[in-house]
This record gives sequence, structure tokens and C-alpha cells, in this order.
Amino acid sequence: MELLLFFVGTILVNNILLSRFLGVCPFLGVSKKVETALGMGLAVTFVMTLASIMSYIVYEFILTPLNIQYLYTIAFILVIASLVQLVEMIIQYVSPSLYQALGVYLPLITTNCAVLGIAVINMQNEYTLIKSIVSGLGTAIGFTLAIVLMAGIRERIDYNPIPKAFQGYPIVLITAGLMAIAFLGFTGLI
Amino acid sequence: MDINTILFSGLSIGGMGIIFGLGLGIAAKRFAVEVNPLIADVREALPSANCGACGYAGCDAFAKAVVEGDAKSNGCPVGGQSCAEAVASIMGEEAAIVAATTAFVKCKGTCDVAKEKYEYYGVEDCVAASYLQGKGSKQCTYGCLGLGSCVKACMFGAIDIVDGVAVINEEKCTSCGMCVQACPKDIIEIIPSTASVRVDCNSQEKGKDTRQACSVGCIGCRKCAKACEYDAIEFINGLAHIDYSKCTQCGACIEACPTNAISAHLS
Repeated sequence: MELLLFFVGTILVNNILLSRFLGVCPFLGVSKKVETALGMGLAVTFVMTLASIMSYIVYEFILTPLNIQYLYTIAFILVIASLVQLVEMIIQYVSPSLYQALGVYLPLITTNCAVLGIAVINMQNEYTLIKSIVSGLGTAIGFTLAIVLMAGIRERIDYNPIPKAFQGYPIVLITAGLMAIAFLGFTGLI
Repeated sequence: MDINTILFSGLSIGGMGIIFGLGLGIAAKRFAVEVNPLIADVREALPSANCGACGYAGCDAFAKAVVEGDAKSNGCPVGGQSCAEAVASIMGEEAAIVAATTAFVKCKGTCDVAKEKYEYYGVEDCVAASYLQGKGSKQCTYGCLGLGSCVKACMFGAIDIVDGVAVINEEKCTSCGMCVQACPKDIIEIIPSTASVRVDCNSQEKGKDTRQACSVGCIGCRKCAKACEYDAIEFINGLAHIDYSKCTQCGACIEACPTNAISAHLS
């Protein structure tokens, strides 16, 4: 029950994009169409869950015994980058159609700070392995939710008469701000 | 600082890097996907517009289809003859001839000849306007609204709105068909670019209604069909259609048309 509440909390209350403001680059970059946004969301979900597990293992069984925890940033980047490469190869081999659907978004996740962010958050809060996995999965679903909502809004923005100064990214940033305020309403849910 | 600290950190991070690198190297061999080198060559020869006019998802998908024999080497309408030759030479076959085609806007209801039902001050987009009462502000519900949805869709800058009607610059047009999809009124058609005699109207309303809405509309009088010696004109829902495979471009229909809805387009 506690884990379930924690799961919902990571999706809505501590939404990685709209309350922690991590991973904003893909949030603005690949939210032009709902389909591509969903593809990006799925790829992130996949990688973020795996990265949570891997970074937990590396931190607990390599960094802590050697007493070099301060190297966590570089170690996590190493883990995530290798993981994304490996996942890309495996997906291309096992399911070419999924590989085609995810396209360029999969390698782009290597540099997605939300993935690194969640690994660091898990470590700083000293979550257990199970809790780290739930945290990674929940955060990724929250990411997918926010980016798909944003894409839905942006598809409609195109048909509205926007003042010239606000066209393009300015209106998108304002929209993101308004969405963040709306998500603030979930505070106190848990 | 303890020398052990430097040693541990260097060795552990370096070790992890080496292990991951080896792992990835093995995985790359284990999960290697064979790619036909021809696909890359064909892809190089394509124009990279990624427009989808060939019927595939993009240039990559088309290149794959050509190599696998699912698509013909002349399947790219954007690249034209030179592209077809290049692709055919990579594939080691004779180049097939590409029939040059172009997009054509079947409407010449400019501001002075076509009446408006009301003044439109909404979003500058044909799709949005056509959702409104009466399917847009023009009295003719089949006519070009001139708000430029096709202009936005065109990747080659080949469409301009002139006097309230979209006009295609046939030298720039690659007949990719993006404008055909963008137009909510289905006014744009892909036709052979050699056909110069064309019907400039899309109205399927009754002759009387068409005449009231626009002075250059096809009223379905069939005079052109009678004038044509080659049986190339056919009427569908009261609108003249020219069969370009039969048309000899003699121009008899142009003279017969009482509303000037048929005209010669010389490029």
C-alpha cells in the first residue's frame, strides 16, 4: 500500500518534468506530435527502469565497499550510456519494428538528465532496490504523461492566432509553466 | 590524500569502463543486424525530401523497398528522371521512364469573380475555415478558400496565393502530393504536366447555383463534351473531367465553354 502511494506520488506529485524540472529538453524538443511523444515516453520508461536497477547495483556493490561514493555522477553516466547502447542493439536485433518506432529517441536518452536525475534521487534518498525500481517506473510514467499532454496541447496551439512575439517556443514555455501550476494542485494528494 | 583513494577510484571507474566496453563489443557482435549495403547506396541517390509521395514512410523506407524488390526504381516522383536513372544503375537495371506530373489547383475563383457569403476574420487556415457554417466564406462550397493550408504544406515553396486562389509554380512543383492531402476541399489534383488543357473548376453543384456563386465555374452544360472529337471529356456530378490519355489538346472545348471554365495552361 505504501509502495502504491509512493508510485502514484512519483507520477503526479513529484512529476519529474513539471515539479522537478528535469528532462525539459526532450519535453520541448519532441512534443510536436502525440505519436512521437508517446514513442519517446515509452523509450524513457524502458531505460529509466533499467537504469534505476543498474545504478543501485553499481552504487551498493562497487562504490560503497570501496568508499568512493563521491564518484557517483561519473559512474551513473557510464552505466546509463552503456545501458542505452546495449538496449538499442538488443531492440534492433529482437524487434526491428519497435526499433523503427523509437527511432532516434533511443540514443537521445543517453543525454537525458531525467534518467541521471532519478538515479541520483534514488541514491540520495537511500531507497531499497524495490523502491528504486518503483521510483524509476513511476517517474518515467509521469514523464510520458506530461510529454503526451504537452504534445496534445501543442497540436492544437497551431490553430490559434498567437501574437507574433509568442510564436514558437515562447508559447510552449508559457504552456509548460501553466501545466506546472496545474500539477501543483496534486500536492497534498498523498 | 591517501594514494589508495586515487588508485581505487581510478581502477574502479576505469575497470567499469573496460567491462562495459567489452560487454558492448560482444553484444555488437552477438546482436549484429545485417544490412544490405545497396540500401545505403540507393538512399544516397534519393532527394531526401522524406515527403512520402512514393507511398512509403520516407526515403529510408523507399530505399529498402527498392532493394528488396517491392518498389520500382522510378517510384520517386520528387527526384524525377535523373534520380530514377541513378537508382536503376545502382540496382543494375534499365532506367524506366518517369512520366512528369504536377499538382494543379482546379479553381480560378479569384476575388473578383467568386462571391463571398460573409467576411472571414478567423484563423488563417483552410481546414479551420472549412469547419465553419457553410464550409468557408466562399459562396461556392467547392472553391479554393485561399487561406494557404497548401502553402504551409509545400516543402518546395511552389505554391502562392494569388488574388485569393492558390497557384502552383509548376517549375518548382515536384508533385509530392502534400498539398493534395492538406487541402480540405480536394481541389488539388496530380496530373501529367504535359496536359495543358485543363478544367479550372471543382464545383459539383447545379449549374444555376454555380453560376450564381462564380462567373467562371463549370455549369455542366456539356458543350465541351459535344465539341470534343476524341470523346475525352466526361461529366461526373455535373462537372467536366478531361481524360488526359485521350486529350489531344486541340482546344475545341476551350472555345465551346460559355463560362471559360476550361483554359489552356502553357508552362
